[in-house]
Amino acid sequence: MSVEQVEARSGAYADSVTLMQVSRRVLSADGVDAALVAMGTELNLDLLDGMGFTRPAAVTANDLIIAVRAQDDPALAAGLALVAEALAERPGPTGGSFTQQPPRTVSAAARTTGPALALISVPGQHAFTEAMDALDAGCDVMIFSDNVSVQQEIRLKDVAAQRGLLVLGPDCGTAVVGGVGLGFAHTLEPGPVGVVAASGTGAQQVLCLLDAAGIGITAALGVGGRDLSAAVAGRSTRAALAAFDDDPGTELVIVVSKPPADEVAADLRVHAGSLGTAVCFAMIGPGQPDLTAATEQALRALGAAVPTWPSWPGRQGSPRQGALRGLFAGGTLCDEAMVIAAERLGPIGSNIPLRPEWRIDANGAATGHVMIDFGDDELTAGRPHPMIDQTLRLERLAAEARDPATAVILLDVVLGHGAHRDPAAELAPAIAAVEDTTAVVVSLIGARADPQDLNAQAGALQTAGAHVFTSNAEAARFACDLIEVAR
Amino acid sequence: MTDLLRRDVALITAGVDLFADAAEQQAARVTRVDWLPPMPGTQADLATVAADPRRVAANADAVRRVQSVRALLVDVVPAADALGLGPRDVLHAGPPIEWARASGPLRGALMGAAVFEGLVDDPDDAPALLERGEIHLDSCHHHSAVGPMAGVISPSMWVFVLEDPATGRRTYCSLNEGLGKVLRYGAYSAEVTDRLRWMSALLGPVLQAAVRGHDPVDVTAILAQMVQMGDEGHNRNRAGTLMLLRELAPAMIESGFSSDQVAQAARFVGGNDHFFLNLGMPACKLALDAARGIAGSTMVVAMARNGTDFGIQVSGTGDTWFTGPALVPDGLFLGDYGPQDANPDIGDSAITETAGLGGFAMAAAPAIVRFVGGTVADALANTRRMYEITLAEHETFAVPVLDFRGTPLGIDVTKVVRTGILPQINTGMAGKVAGTGQVGAGLVTPPAEIFPAALRALAAAAPGPG
Repeated sequence: MSVEQVEARSGAYADSVTLMQVSRRVLSADGVDAALVAMGTELNLDLLDGMGFTRPAAVTANDLIIAVRAQDDPALAAGLALVAEALAERPGPTGGSFTQQPPRTVSAAARTTGPALALISVPGQHAFTEAMDALDAGCDVMIFSDNVSVQQEIRLKDVAAQRGLLVLGPDCGTAVVGGVGLGFAHTLEPGPVGVVAASGTGAQQVLCLLDAAGIGITAALGVGGRDLSAAVAGRSTRAALAAFDDDPGTELVIVVSKPPADEVAADLRVHAGSLGTAVCFAMIGPGQPDLTAATEQALRALGAAVPTWPSWPGRQGSPRQGALRGLFAGGTLCDEAMVIAAERLGPIGSNIPLRPEWRIDANGAATGHVMIDFGDDELTAGRPHPMIDQTLRLERLAAEARDPATAVILLDVVLGHGAHRDPAAELAPAIAAVEDTTAVVVSLIGARADPQDLNAQAGALQTAGAHVFTSNAEAARFACDLIEVAR
Repeated sequence: MTDLLRRDVALITAGVDLFADAAEQQAARVTRVDWLPPMPGTQADLATVAADPRRVAANADAVRRVQSVRALLVDVVPAADALGLGPRDVLHAGPPIEWARASGPLRGALMGAAVFEGLVDDPDDAPALLERGEIHLDSCHHHSAVGPMAGVISPSMWVFVLEDPATGRRTYCSLNEGLGKVLRYGAYSAEVTDRLRWMSALLGPVLQAAVRGHDPVDVTAILAQMVQMGDEGHNRNRAGTLMLLRELAPAMIESGFSSDQVAQAARFVGGNDHFFLNLGMPACKLALDAARGIAGSTMVVAMARNGTDFGIQVSGTGDTWFTGPALVPDGLFLGDYGPQDANPDIGDSAITETAGLGGFAMAAAPAIVRFVGGTVADALANTRRMYEITLAEHETFAVPVLDFRGTPLGIDVTKVVRTGILPQINTGMAGKVAGTGQVGAGLVTPPAEIFPAALRALAAAAPGPG
């Protein structure tokens, strides 16, 4: 036998949504079969009828109806107490959280920031959509992601040109804008040089040599390794040159590139001649000045002194016959070393060969002179870049050291933001473990103010036995010397 | 040319945190995007649509067209005259549906309409007619009309006529019956049809005389004001209703009807907090219809439900409906009704969200925030979340608590697919059994899968990658 109470309170207004919540809460109590807490509107009185309650007499829409039916008296009392409690309830002093959720797209973020530089590092198959969204929102874009198709790259760069924006990348590893290093980048002083780079580590080499010479930069803009290919035809390089040409702080621009398409490079040189700002070229390739020589040309053009590039002689190795084994994290550094070594030693097998017939399987055992780019897509699939995670390269270093054919092991070590916090700590023991009959030569790419401490890194590598150079070209030549002298 | 080298560095990062961390360590101003992969299987279509060279201009045009519409209430007339409905033509909410698949509340409303039109005397005789196709059904949306909940418009019902003075385009909506046991919630008892008869016999004619004796009522202006008075234009229309009554009361009194008749009409309008909903909805449709058929536009121009299917139409894909099963709203219930009593989502009223009102303007309606989880903060978060999936901010509908930021306007199919954020709709809930009426109110979203389907069609219509 159930019991019920129906009551009308005048002057006790609460909004319908609150009251629906109160009703629901009372209904959830044990032993309560039906509950309606609502203002006395015609609609609610109909509901009350429908639920089998008896209407209180002379109810108006300004009266609060409380109707509860329960299985027994204690349950009814508990239900009514719950009504009183729920009606009296007020939100806590904290209320809800007013903190704003982070934006979910670049365009949403740009609504509050205004035009900004968007850094896109999402998985490659999504990068085009995100980058286009950033351009739509009036943002310049830097795309770290790889696996963006050439067609998509061209489309992005054409849209950017229409809107007066710049696309850095795709697969752009480095940039310095407004003194902030983005991606893999160094701590550099402000100065008169602008750098346009269709190469990540190539630009890092040039920037660190400038730093060693005491020359700072206005900005460094990575345009993606394909920008000077025949298909992309220097679209972003030209846009970046235009920005530097317009910048009163930039006295000279250095264009750094992996081996470019010949006709694109030729057109670009003509175009550069039409600009008001001097342009130097550091484009890797046979017959071209290496990155160090190109940097020296730039320094002379600025009227700055060309220093002796810092190096730290090692104790390992003596000149002997054997193979050169290069294990690189930086693709352009690998390219540059191969160009230098191929002139002196002949064919260099590689996963990024200078000639197609020199291609080898990066994972197979090496024969002859070999240089591997561990930053190549094939070796970074599913793992971090070798500048961050050296595991694969350390394994290969040990393997090459065990090969009696190996005379010299050539390594690059890249410092700066985004790179491993202390690469020498991992490399030094591995280098120390190499027999003294095999030389380890390191090109150490770092700026004086980089967080890893350039001198400390060089010292640790030297102590382990390695020969350390800040010029990759000098390191490559030294490695060749060790082999050639024995011939 | 980029001014990247001339301005202070501000960064927006999407992807791995490493780069954002490094930039912050160098004291750069960094805004991090909480990027997540898009809805599964959509990346190729997203890239194709992103590459569509028409898209940006088409969407800007769509937004501009929506904002340039002014909706004026110019007349109140029987649907037969306004919509050219024959005696057996009946319109309903949502995408087109046949009787066999119709849900309880739509069936109830169609049965009630058959009685109201005199096609049957007993509502139980109506299903046979409807099964045989002797009553012709079509979507309101196919006739420049919208209807809340079941959205049934039959020839003898009176409709509001809204007009955009710049183009002369018109839209139509029935007169709101109030809450509880009403036709649009699927009730069809004598009380329901009697009320409909009174509305056609008295309310319609009084309103017609008042509107004709008055300058056109600027519905867009009332919408803009009510959003600043605590209405969101879908589940709360109290301020809008009162402003309408304020506008029309003098002309109603001067209409020549007796004071008793005018009082009846005024009492009915004033006693129904949702009366203005049936003006807000056609105003939203009038605005959105201006943006239909723009090649390359990814903007949603209609969201509508028939109680079985939820459908959207997109500017760049013409009149195609992309449909999926309507979901059951989550919310609060009247009396002892519970979730088991609720029909899946129904009604053309999601046109308000499509136009930047309703759930999208939730931050403007703190009085009903408990529908969205209980706190004002939740309401703000709700509106803010909708900015993630919209193209623009409304120039006319401003939210005071957001510093008069415009409401989120223009749902972008690509943004919905990219973020996985679904449009948030405030809605009433109808009982699933025909004849029940309203059982509650709450929140609902479209079924997620209709957005990738629309995206696929947009990709197919794009000129191709590159």
